[in-house]
Amino acid sequence: MTTFEKATHLDVRDTDLGQAELHARLLRTWRTGSSLLDRLSSVDHKVIGRRYIITAFAFLCLGGLSAMAMRMQLAQPEAKLIGPDLYNQLFTMHGTTMMFLFAVPVMEAFGVYLVPLMVGTRNIAFPRLNAFSYWVYLFGGAFLWISFMLKIGPDVGWFAYVPLSGPDFSPGKRTDVWAQMITFTEVSALAVAVEIIVTVFKLRAPGMTLDRIPLFVWSMLVTSFLIIFAMPAVMVASTMLILDRLVGTHFFNPAEGGDALLWQHLFWFFGHPEVYIIFIPATGMVSSIIAAFSRRPVFGYLPLVLSLIAVGFLSFGLWVHHMFVTGLPQLGASFFTASSMLIAVPNGIQIFCWLATLWDGKPIFKTPLLFVLGFFFIFVIGGLSGVMVASVPIDTQVHDTYFVVAHFHYVLIGGAVFPLIGALYYWFPKITGRLMDENLGRWNFWLAFIGFNVAFFPMHILGLQGMPRRVYTYLPEMGWGPLNLLASVGALLLFISFVLLLLNVMISVARGAIADDNPWDAGTLEWATSSPPAPYNFSRVPFVTHREPLWDNRDALPVVTGLSVDSRELISGTVTEAFPQHRESSPAPSIWPLLAAIAVGAAFVASIFTPWAVVWGSIPVAIALVGWFWPKDTPEDEK
Amino acid sequence: MRQRPAEDVSGLPTTGFGASSPMWWGTLGFITLEGTGFALAIGAYLYLRQVSDQWPIGAPAPEHWAGTAMLILLLASLWPNVMADRAAKQMQLGRVRLWLIVMSVIGFLTLAIRGLEFLQLQVRWDDNAYGSITWFVLGLHATHLITDLGDTLVLAALMFTRHVNEKRFSDVSDNAFYWYFVVATWVPLYAVLYGVPRL
Amino acid sequence: MRGGLRVTGGMAAAWLLSACSGPQSALDPQGPHADNLARLFWIFTVISAVIWLAVMVVLVLGLARRVPNRLDPLALEPRAERRSLVVVGGAVVATALTVIALTALSYFSQRKLFARENPGVTVKVTGYQWWWDVRYESESPDRTFTTANEIYVPVGVPVTVKLTGYDVIHSFWVPSLTGKQDLIPGQDNEIQFVASRPGVYRGQCAEFCGWQHAHMGMFVVALPRPEFEAWAEAQRTPAARPEDAEGQKGAELFVSKACVMCHTIRGTSAGSRVGPDLTHFASRKSIASATLPMSRGNIAAWVVDPQGIKPGVNMPNVSIAADELDPLVSYLAGLR
Repeated sequence: MTTFEKATHLDVRDTDLGQAELHARLLRTWRTGSSLLDRLSSVDHKVIGRRYIITAFAFLCLGGLSAMAMRMQLAQPEAKLIGPDLYNQLFTMHGTTMMFLFAVPVMEAFGVYLVPLMVGTRNIAFPRLNAFSYWVYLFGGAFLWISFMLKIGPDVGWFAYVPLSGPDFSPGKRTDVWAQMITFTEVSALAVAVEIIVTVFKLRAPGMTLDRIPLFVWSMLVTSFLIIFAMPAVMVASTMLILDRLVGTHFFNPAEGGDALLWQHLFWFFGHPEVYIIFIPATGMVSSIIAAFSRRPVFGYLPLVLSLIAVGFLSFGLWVHHMFVTGLPQLGASFFTASSMLIAVPNGIQIFCWLATLWDGKPIFKTPLLFVLGFFFIFVIGGLSGVMVASVPIDTQVHDTYFVVAHFHYVLIGGAVFPLIGALYYWFPKITGRLMDENLGRWNFWLAFIGFNVAFFPMHILGLQGMPRRVYTYLPEMGWGPLNLLASVGALLLFISFVLLLLNVMISVARGAIADDNPWDAGTLEWATSSPPAPYNFSRVPFVTHREPLWDNRDALPVVTGLSVDSRELISGTVTEAFPQHRESSPAPSIWPLLAAIAVGAAFVASIFTPWAVVWGSIPVAIALVGWFWPKDTPEDEK
Repeated sequence: MRQRPAEDVSGLPTTGFGASSPMWWGTLGFITLEGTGFALAIGAYLYLRQVSDQWPIGAPAPEHWAGTAMLILLLASLWPNVMADRAAKQMQLGRVRLWLIVMSVIGFLTLAIRGLEFLQLQVRWDDNAYGSITWFVLGLHATHLITDLGDTLVLAALMFTRHVNEKRFSDVSDNAFYWYFVVATWVPLYAVLYGVPRL
Repeated sequence: MRGGLRVTGGMAAAWLLSACSGPQSALDPQGPHADNLARLFWIFTVISAVIWLAVMVVLVLGLARRVPNRLDPLALEPRAERRSLVVVGGAVVATALTVIALTALSYFSQRKLFARENPGVTVKVTGYQWWWDVRYESESPDRTFTTANEIYVPVGVPVTVKLTGYDVIHSFWVPSLTGKQDLIPGQDNEIQFVASRPGVYRGQCAEFCGWQHAHMGMFVVALPRPEFEAWAEAQRTPAARPEDAEGQKGAELFVSKACVMCHTIRGTSAGSRVGPDLTHFASRKSIASATLPMSRGNIAAWVVDPQGIKPGVNMPNVSIAADELDPLVSYLAGLR
């Protein structure tokens, strides 16, 4: 008898089991154990998703502290708090941390946690890869910050333009640390993107046709495609930079046929989609919150989905707007003005559909909705200042000034962070089983809203008054002192609002009101599980009949029967209609992803010191990968 | 929440081949992102050529016979690859073992030829930007040859153990799928590396 | 909430208007290029403000209106949905038309900005970490001359500025005259502007270029044509030999200490191009790229401790004995 024939003999299915026994058996099969080894081997998307969220918020803290230090230095002209070397490191760490270690990972984290639940499956696709990608992210972020503490942190800005970041003008290891950290985080993000795409395409609950996929899941799907097409560009760029610095290549050296603008093209080809990678998931969060707190489905599902896809495509056609003052041919530049303004149309469609939903619905003014309203106020300003900088002539004045700093903080904090905090309040009861405090939530919101606007609105004016970016100080006679002081005060308020958020999280985890399965009476599948969900998510995989399954089936949830309870099984189906095709086995916990991440991390770190590390380092990596994929004698591997 | 059974999947198989398998889609995902990387590398090559007065810089166009040998070998390898794929889909263990060994031998041959290609470039990576981008593009494809050979060897070994089951055959089929990508990328790269300097 | 919006709007307007003044303001145009840009900016700002206000009004009205409790979230009214469709559709069309209009406006402004006339003066600016090398070009080589950190131009005449970077990327930006453009190593860029009135216009590097990016400023000084020609003629002459003993001692010190390693003073043996040309140093309005106003005291402070004023700058702290400082400063202050 072959191994797989043996397995079927012992296979108990969920079809006829009572709820109690079903829960007990599934728990035994799917749970992550409590020993340290068990927890390091977990492949549960919820465990990994929580780790990702917590780690990303820890980096938000570090990035925020860097910003506070910067604002204290800039509060007064020619302040002597922080000199140019440390300041250059601080703004580099701030931007790099926020963009690579916070904003993208936190959106992916919410995707990792929520997408499998929202599509009605038991785990994300490629769970061990998911674990691996978390460890690689953690190691990359730690690598960057430990280097900063050791005074070999990068100081050339988050965008590291050559020739400043090249071997001639940035000696030492600082820029190499930055470039290699990119490799870590991009490997991690690319892996998660593949997992999410495959989860959404193949693992949806039967009956969840394309037009029944929740908007948040659509947003994560589009984002994952953006990651796949955009991140290779920054990996190619950072690899070329390391090669120029370490082994003497001349990609960016004009004296030997290289070109400084090649860096900018490669970086911004990634860099522009990057901001949509951050923004698009936030729009999915906004859709989820508006639906729940207007008590109706979002208006215009099809236009919203098409807009998400359109924004995704268009975002690849904008990158040159970061290079308007580099001396490129003017006709080409005008094309990018047109495309950069054009993206306002699908973005506008989303805003109008949300407004229509709020108009028709009966709003419930809980904290998640407050943050969404703050999003409208702030993001629309940011979007409109974006239309301004999209214009080549206007950009020749405001490029590289505090006007642009204001613009992108309005779109990133307004467009991504506010929805993110709303999402945290919204899904907190699902993740932890307790509700966050509403009172603290209101204080959090108003402090954040007022603090943000006081901090960043004056920067529009400072930019127009001639204040460039990335300056560690400014002369008193420029007259920029008062507005800078005001901005620093606002930043302090904004910082305090995050302290309040942290307090609310900590208090609520300990003593928050216990939440039932669906405290907001929302319609999507994650609210059909317990709060927090059991390790197996659903005791039986749902059968989906509507875009809002819980609103359509208020008395009983239709489910699918026939899956094994003694081995990890979920359903894979067709891409468009989600017709079930296989009972797919889902890998059991494994320590190999962590070991592989350590091997990969060591090879990456060592390779900034010598190119031979790539050769020697590939040996432990190969061993770890073989260990990972070599079948173990578990029922999942033998089916 | 109460449940009411609506559909039963007990009779469904546990593995599939091709587009019905999530692993196939994962492979496609990695093919896409790596393909994007190749496209960008080609883009960088053509960009550097366009900003330069002369191309190649400081070196003659590379001798092409090793690259052409690689092209011929890779295209020829499509046939054993198809055979391996077919044998895997029919779950014929003996044939799968044979064709995996053939693909492994071919893999070693490609690495040897790739080594010769590097030797024939007549420019170093640190001579100038032309040398840098040429080594970069060739090196990128070389890493794909190495990793695919590694994957093929491990799979070949596995097919001689007790761990043979449907899933393994599906893995062999996915590995064959990936090899199509490695071959397909060589065609434009060959044209760029050996053809463009001669334009 | 509505009152708050009005207050915010009013404050915003007040702040915006305050941006019109200042030594380096883009909204205080002193030439046709900057004027073109400022106009476009105001048009965009007004249109943006109107759009934002409209969105906020719809949001607030939508939240405030009385809607009956809906027991079943899925019980939507088809007529209301159709109405929403029409309104949203209309808003999308309006957005598209606005975007097209703004693109067109931007394009016409862009053509004006980049239109080139025959220049009356051509200057080549090379960006160094953290100063500006300024070379006045001419058809006859004996009429070219070099200065640093200040560009004098005749009023009302198109000035072409050629831009290139020596080391890293810098950006040339004088907001009251025109938009910025980068100085990129290995690339030749070009910008053109006209100063409409006599005056002193401040500019600053706008591309992060390392330690002292924050202190890489410059002045553009516009003079009526005859005064400009007089200035240029004076700049062409080599440095005059100092008449007094102190100045002569200073001149000897200059070429015997480290100064001669980096600076040119035409008419002396100092001919290095590493640092700024100092031939007519004292004729400038500032020291160290618009960081310190020109004065004896500031010359002394800069020469004694450049690292204290601009940490990381490429000019090292040279040891100067107590009896050497005055002669050196006198010499430099005499280089008019």
